[in-house]
Amino acid sequence: MIESQHPQGEPADGVTLMPQSIETFYEVMRRQGITRRSFLKYCSLTAAALGLGPTFAPRIAHAMETKERTPVIWVHGLECTCCSESFIRSAHPLVKDVVLSMISLDYDDTLMAAAGHQAEAALEETIQKYKGKYILAVEGNPPLNEDGMFCIVGGKPFLDQLKHAAKDAAAVIAWGSCASWGCVQAARPNPTQAVPIHKVITDKPIIKVPGCPPIAEVMTGVITYMLTFGRLPELDRQGRPKMFYSQRIHDKCYRRPHFDAGQFVEQWDDESARKGYCLYKVGCKGPTTYNACSTVRWNEGTSFPIQAGHGCIGCSEDGFWDKGSFYDRLTNIPQFGIEKNADEIGMAVAGGVGAAVAAHAAVSAVKRAQHKGDQE
Amino acid sequence: METIKKRKQTAVYVYEAPLRLWHWVTVLSVIVLCVTGYFIGSPLPTMPGEAIDNYLMGYIRFAHFTAGYIAAIGFLGRIYWAFAGNSHARELFMPKLFSRKWWGEVWHEVRWYLFLEKTPKKYIGHNPLGQMAMFFFFVLGMIFMIITGFALYSEGLGQGSWADTMFGWVIPMMGQSQDVHTWHHLGMWYLIIFIMLHVYVAIREDIMSRQSLISTMVGGWRMFKDDRPD
Repeated sequence: MIESQHPQGEPADGVTLMPQSIETFYEVMRRQGITRRSFLKYCSLTAAALGLGPTFAPRIAHAMETKERTPVIWVHGLECTCCSESFIRSAHPLVKDVVLSMISLDYDDTLMAAAGHQAEAALEETIQKYKGKYILAVEGNPPLNEDGMFCIVGGKPFLDQLKHAAKDAAAVIAWGSCASWGCVQAARPNPTQAVPIHKVITDKPIIKVPGCPPIAEVMTGVITYMLTFGRLPELDRQGRPKMFYSQRIHDKCYRRPHFDAGQFVEQWDDESARKGYCLYKVGCKGPTTYNACSTVRWNEGTSFPIQAGHGCIGCSEDGFWDKGSFYDRLTNIPQFGIEKNADEIGMAVAGGVGAAVAAHAAVSAVKRAQHKGDQE
Repeated sequence: METIKKRKQTAVYVYEAPLRLWHWVTVLSVIVLCVTGYFIGSPLPTMPGEAIDNYLMGYIRFAHFTAGYIAAIGFLGRIYWAFAGNSHARELFMPKLFSRKWWGEVWHEVRWYLFLEKTPKKYIGHNPLGQMAMFFFFVLGMIFMIITGFALYSEGLGQGSWADTMFGWVIPMMGQSQDVHTWHHLGMWYLIIFIMLHVYVAIREDIMSRQSLISTMVGGWRMFKDDRPD
């Protein structure tokens, strides 16, 4: 189905004359049977989702009516496909349909109809045809150990495919925690030496959309923004779009009043758990996790982990698998052999120092008593 | 030792008023910081009643942030005083790590604490070992806590805030927010150990050395107990 959307009769070196034959977003939508009314509603919704004012809705509409679709190559490294699964479940059905069709998804080995050599040919064709124009979306990450042999795509290491596809990309999207940080396959001891894509792609802007998986509306929101405005969304220090990752789960959590009040779930089956108090003491990572779960929520805004009564596990944070238990407030420090948290280590050392001080004081007192009268 | 260098005066004005004020303000704020910081990491048992009637965590965090501001601003003031104050105000920041004589006196002081020297040396300011502990435990510890502390504080103020601009870089440098919390926590124990040693040594030296310690930080005058040479 994706194959059929290829514009026909493009010159092979069509870099300068961006295809007039490619449809605009609006045309694609209309062709898909979406009414103008629904289209305008979608524009307003997108403006709201991106945190833009109502005046931006007509601008989005205008852009969509006049701009050509952008080709996207979606490659898969070491991953579990949870990002794709999340993406195709984007809440507003329009968003899913529209984004999937409007981004001219020229290569996605999981979603595309073609397979084998055909699929690889589609990838090559897109890279050649839209040199420097396409967006590369990466799900998963490359393992570096054994020359990348732990992840093979089309008979070659994924590492090679990734580098090849990234070379002529306009921008790169790192889907999920795998591509952004490394995630589970990069957790200790990381036998395959899986690395986040920014370790391999160093010369292209990378938009990190972390999460395991990222929220569907966040994924479509990021793509829509890029296609509509023709530029990258504003990124934070670590390369995440500010519109979705500038605040912690904790900052917008509906249980926050219980945190401020000092009302916590102490045990999973206690009265506080039934009352829906703050999950801080049972290890909720909301206070250290940057994501939009507490505002956008999941599955058409139905719920999110904390609302379901379980703490946040911090899945959009760097190295969240290696920060000790999901159910401890204080992080374990594995460097101390048996895992201890900062308090246990601190108290042990302070206890030792205290004992040493007491012993030293005792010896000092004895010495002083012995030499009484020596001085002066 | 052979040079007959008799002390004419038995009291020297060492710590000027702003410095003493800073010391005790820092003492109070660090105590508040340690207690509230501990309870931020391991909160008190759940408060009964409705959320609207309680604000315990809010108050604890408020106290922590306020004390943090006071300690940090005090520390900046202390740096200023190193320039404005007398020569003893500079000792904290400049251990003479490249002076052979200084290291010799560090060794002498270590031997004194190991009960191998009968008499300690006289010092108007810090003894070299104390100066070293001050610098590595206290000065570096405080700088670390101020930087990590305001990095964590910036998370609440939000991106683009002054704290984020100045200290936000610490978070990705250490990994993620959770790591900064852990390091900040370890930093607290580092300072607690410093406080234990500092208080013990101050009391011990006040009794056993040849000069006053505790009263000096109250009144500013260093009293010497004998007139023998240094």
